[in-house]
Amino acid sequence: MPAEYRLILKHALEPGYTPDLACYLRHGGYETLRKGLTLPPRTLPDGRSLSPQEQIREEVVKSGLRGRGGAGFPCGLKWSFVDRRSGKPIYLICNADESEPGTFKDRQIIYRDPHQLLEGMILACFANDVHLGFIYIRGEFTEGARILERALAEARDHGLLGKNILGTGYDLDILVHRGAGAYICGEETGLIESLEGKRPYPRIKPPYFPAVLGLYLCPTIVNNVETLCNIKHIVAMGGSEFAKIGTPNNTGTRLVSLSGHVRRPGCYEIETGKVTLGELIFDPAFGGGLREGRQLQAVIPGGVSAKVFRAGERVSLRRRGLDGKEVVEERDVLDLPYDFDTLIAAGSMSGSGAVIVIDDSVSMVDVLANISAFFAHESCGQCTPCREGSLWMAKILKRLASGRGRPRDAEDLLHIADNIPGGRTICAFGDACSWPVQSTVSKFKEQFLARGAEGEPYRKVAQPAATSVARLSGTGGGAHPAASALASSVSTAS
Amino acid sequence: MSTAAPASQLMGDGVRPATETIRIRVNGREVEVPKTMPDWQGKPVPTTMLQACEWAGVTVPHYCYHPKLPVAGNCRMCLVEYGTPALGPDRQPILNPDGTPRIVKSPRPAIACATPVTPGMEIYTDTPGVKAMRAGVLEFLLINHPLDCPICDQAGECKLQEYALDYGEAFSRFGEAKVHKPKAVDLGPRIVFDAERCILCTRCIRFTRDIVGDDALGIVHRGSYSTIATAPGRAFDNNYTLNTVDLCPVGALTSRDFRFRMRVWFLKETPSICPSCGTGCNIRIGSRQGRIYRYTPRPNDAVNSHWMCDYGRLNYKWIHRPDRLQKVEIRGRVSSWELASDQILQQLRVASPGSVGLVASARLSNEELWLLSRLKARLHALSDAVPREGEGDALLLHADRNPNTQGARLTGVCYTEMGSQLPLIWERIRTGQIRILLVFGEDVIRQGCDPASLDQLEMLVVCDVLPNATTAKAHFLLPGCAPAEKSGTFTNVHGRVQRFHAAIPPPGEARPEWQFLAEWVTRLTGESLPGHLPGLFNRMASEVRAFQGLTWSELGDLGRLVPV
Ligand SMILES: Cc1cc2nc3c(=O)[nH]c(=O)nc-3n(C[C@H](O)[C@H](O)[C@H](O)COP(=O)(O)O)c2cc1C
Ligand code: SF4
Ligand code: SF4
Ligand code: SF4
Ligand code: FES
Repeated sequence: MPAEYRLILKHALEPGYTPDLACYLRHGGYETLRKGLTLPPRTLPDGRSLSPQEQIREEVVKSGLRGRGGAGFPCGLKWSFVDRRSGKPIYLICNADESEPGTFKDRQIIYRDPHQLLEGMILACFANDVHLGFIYIRGEFTEGARILERALAEARDHGLLGKNILGTGYDLDILVHRGAGAYICGEETGLIESLEGKRPYPRIKPPYFPAVLGLYLCPTIVNNVETLCNIKHIVAMGGSEFAKIGTPNNTGTRLVSLSGHVRRPGCYEIETGKVTLGELIFDPAFGGGLREGRQLQAVIPGGVSAKVFRAGERVSLRRRGLDGKEVVEERDVLDLPYDFDTLIAAGSMSGSGAVIVIDDSVSMVDVLANISAFFAHESCGQCTPCREGSLWMAKILKRLASGRGRPRDAEDLLHIADNIPGGRTICAFGDACSWPVQSTVSKFKEQFLARGAEGEPYRKVAQPAATSVARLSGTGGGAHPAASALASSVSTAS
Repeated sequence: MSTAAPASQLMGDGVRPATETIRIRVNGREVEVPKTMPDWQGKPVPTTMLQACEWAGVTVPHYCYHPKLPVAGNCRMCLVEYGTPALGPDRQPILNPDGTPRIVKSPRPAIACATPVTPGMEIYTDTPGVKAMRAGVLEFLLINHPLDCPICDQAGECKLQEYALDYGEAFSRFGEAKVHKPKAVDLGPRIVFDAERCILCTRCIRFTRDIVGDDALGIVHRGSYSTIATAPGRAFDNNYTLNTVDLCPVGALTSRDFRFRMRVWFLKETPSICPSCGTGCNIRIGSRQGRIYRYTPRPNDAVNSHWMCDYGRLNYKWIHRPDRLQKVEIRGRVSSWELASDQILQQLRVASPGSVGLVASARLSNEELWLLSRLKARLHALSDAVPREGEGDALLLHADRNPNTQGARLTGVCYTEMGSQLPLIWERIRTGQIRILLVFGEDVIRQGCDPASLDQLEMLVVCDVLPNATTAKAHFLLPGCAPAEKSGTFTNVHGRVQRFHAAIPPPGEARPEWQFLAEWVTRLTGESLPGHLPGLFNRMASEVRAFQGLTWSELGDLGRLVPV
């Protein structure tokens, strides 16, 4: 029986659990911090001695923890890139921008259990010799920012933050910085620019790898909220123990934000790789299935940037068997275990852990038009392919969705989407805005072609577009199929 | 970071060539490139793919990259494919059966402008993949671009036109309404901005912020609606704004002065030197049929990098003033060069030592000043030049507004302290000791010479380009030339001797000063002088200690430094 596995949300969802320090302390809070800060130096067989900081970093490597912000990059490896010899301060930033559509996991932690984040973050800062950390929180989380400020004040009052933390001589302060409402502020180098007070234009890499030239051109670590919470559990239980949760190379738990056409949408914590996509959607412990009479049409497994799966799609997975030989297995998408590696092997990704379920009551053209409108609105506009391509795709899709499509729109969309991703842009937003288009148009081509054909009579009757929009919607008529589609689109737009 | 780099920092006589090299391949051809090359500030940093390709003679198209600006990496036009040698577990290259290193091609392209080369790297700029990426970028740049070429000032020198022709597709897939943005926006007093033409390369922003140190420009809105703008209520108005027009790869930023006045392909471009201050920015004079339409900076790392100031750039209008002196006049009557020269020389020949005063302008060329110093020596004249001061800045504009103060000093027309002898000259005119005054390009009355005292002179010879109080009193009035109308050299404040060339013919009877001065010197001294400027320069160089060893041809386009 698949079931939730609560590690991070262990207490947060309990009735009566409050975000204040007293409650956190009652639940054993900050004991791990004390443990981590006071680890005795460990001597290695070769006589070298490991400082507490090095020990924590080593445990994080052993834990196999992968970043929960979207890319799933191994956390220990990321920390190992930090330039510790530059003589410059090292900064750590908690990425609490949570703006990938469909994602609502970091806010569970921030709103319900902020001290868990702080404890993990203080440990991460300690492990990396950081003396100033930042929590960059999404502008829309006004209450979340207030909760964090309160939690930080409590922590300072109790000697858990500030000078000489817990009498260990370690100094650290953490500041909350509110974003102003742009998705791109979640991209780590855009975030850094924003924190510096500039437009959140992602930086080019090389040369601006955050681990070397990050905030104020100093070595910087950017980690997601959930990632940082895990640090606390890794220090508490040890890296190898943590690595036993989940599956190999996909350790620990994942907070899955389940949304869309399921009966029980919500945030569920699972052991990584121990629950399948199908179980997440249909099992009573999770989504509880679709609504009455509906059929599953598609699943977006990792936030809207992830490539969509079509219901019934079979994917070939190449994996290395126990004997080291490569085996190719074919599976239904719903039987894919929810983890990092499998979803990548299946051509998509677990991204930010947002599973969006789409039933047959909607058109995939409309779904994609909605997604593309988001990306066109959020492209920072810095680099050519993304800036121009995202809006172009959104315009085509808007027209297509409003019944003024052309049969060639599907091909055009694929052509445009092929010219944006794969390193052609400065940041991964270029991939994020084109992957949904590539996957949705190619996997649901018939819907796009059908919509494109619908536009045919409209084009013959009414031209040019601008004047006829006014005329057709003015008559309020519904006789002409294209006209009614248009009228409805006009009324929703206004 | 956003401090204006002082000009002196940008300059230096180039970075010493890096001795260490690395071997790479560009499109299969092996080349050895320096391990480091100068970045935008001239600091040696690891050589980029783009620099390496240029080194190998392979063009990588680019919009946002500029050698003198911090790298932005936003246009994506310079994307290339590349591979690096595969390394074994021992970090040693894995070899192919034929002994060559095995190259692993990167699955992702890289921007050539920001990616350093590494030993053994292979760069591919002509694969179908690279061509498709370029065509893709161009298609994206063009979908919202207005089809303004027929009325756009940039046409003819537009990178969008050029690359579209070289790398673009001939048809458009785009069937949507274009994004419309403001046109003909007054960003500042000298700059007109067309947001629809802008390709958002941010060159203008980076120049203004990182070179000038002015945060005037930025981007507002986002995505495809992004637009260059000034901060609300602030004008784009520093002394370097027009450089953004040169930097702008398209016709988005236009010069109010040049806008709609001339098609660039009709312009003749003459290498020259800006005569408006002692920095001596290297420029090109764009002219057509005897009219000047614009000055643009000509790169010279030792002087002005790629820039010039707005003041110097726009200071050419006087050349075409209708009241330019165009005729030789003797006591108010139109005459000829022959007659005037004969009469002037006749009097000079018999002038007693000490009776001649000479006031020269430090706007004259080295050659002219040298010829004047020869006259001075022959006549035992008291001479000086007129200092001209203004406010300087940290980038290029120098407080010394004469282009050739050093030339006047080195040729001996004036002392180190230019102008120190002027009061003495005025005094001796007043007392009648000076009976003959030769004035070249200055208004002595404005400089403090008593106008009435000029009436006592036996002979007042004035050569100038525009009328003034002194020219009105001249017994002999000789029409001279603007620097744009003649060739010669200036010595800038740092001692760099730089050539300029005639871009347009002088108006009317006006003649380059060096021509008739050389004739006068020959006739007065009997010494024959070359009748052409290069020869004259070489003769001067052999006689003036500071210029020793220089030759006209060796000066080249970038000039030579002499000790001052
Ligand atoms: C367009 C874009 C938006 C992103 N938004 C977020 C976000 O809202 N929250 C987040 O944690 N990471 C986001 N990321 C990922 C971050 O760049 C970065 O990889 C992450 O914060 C690293 O943390 P981790 O290693 O703990 O996952 C985004 C990335 C991109 C390309
Ligand atoms: S890919 Fe898009 S979001 Fe990222 S830097 Fe380029 S324009 Fe901005
Ligand atoms: S105005 Fe010109 S220089 Fe400035 S960003 Fe636009 S295209 Fe580039
Ligand atoms: S700085 Fe001086 S030399 Fe350069 S353009 Fe300006 S006035 Fe001319
Ligand atoms: S030249 Fe613009 S990205 Fe390299």
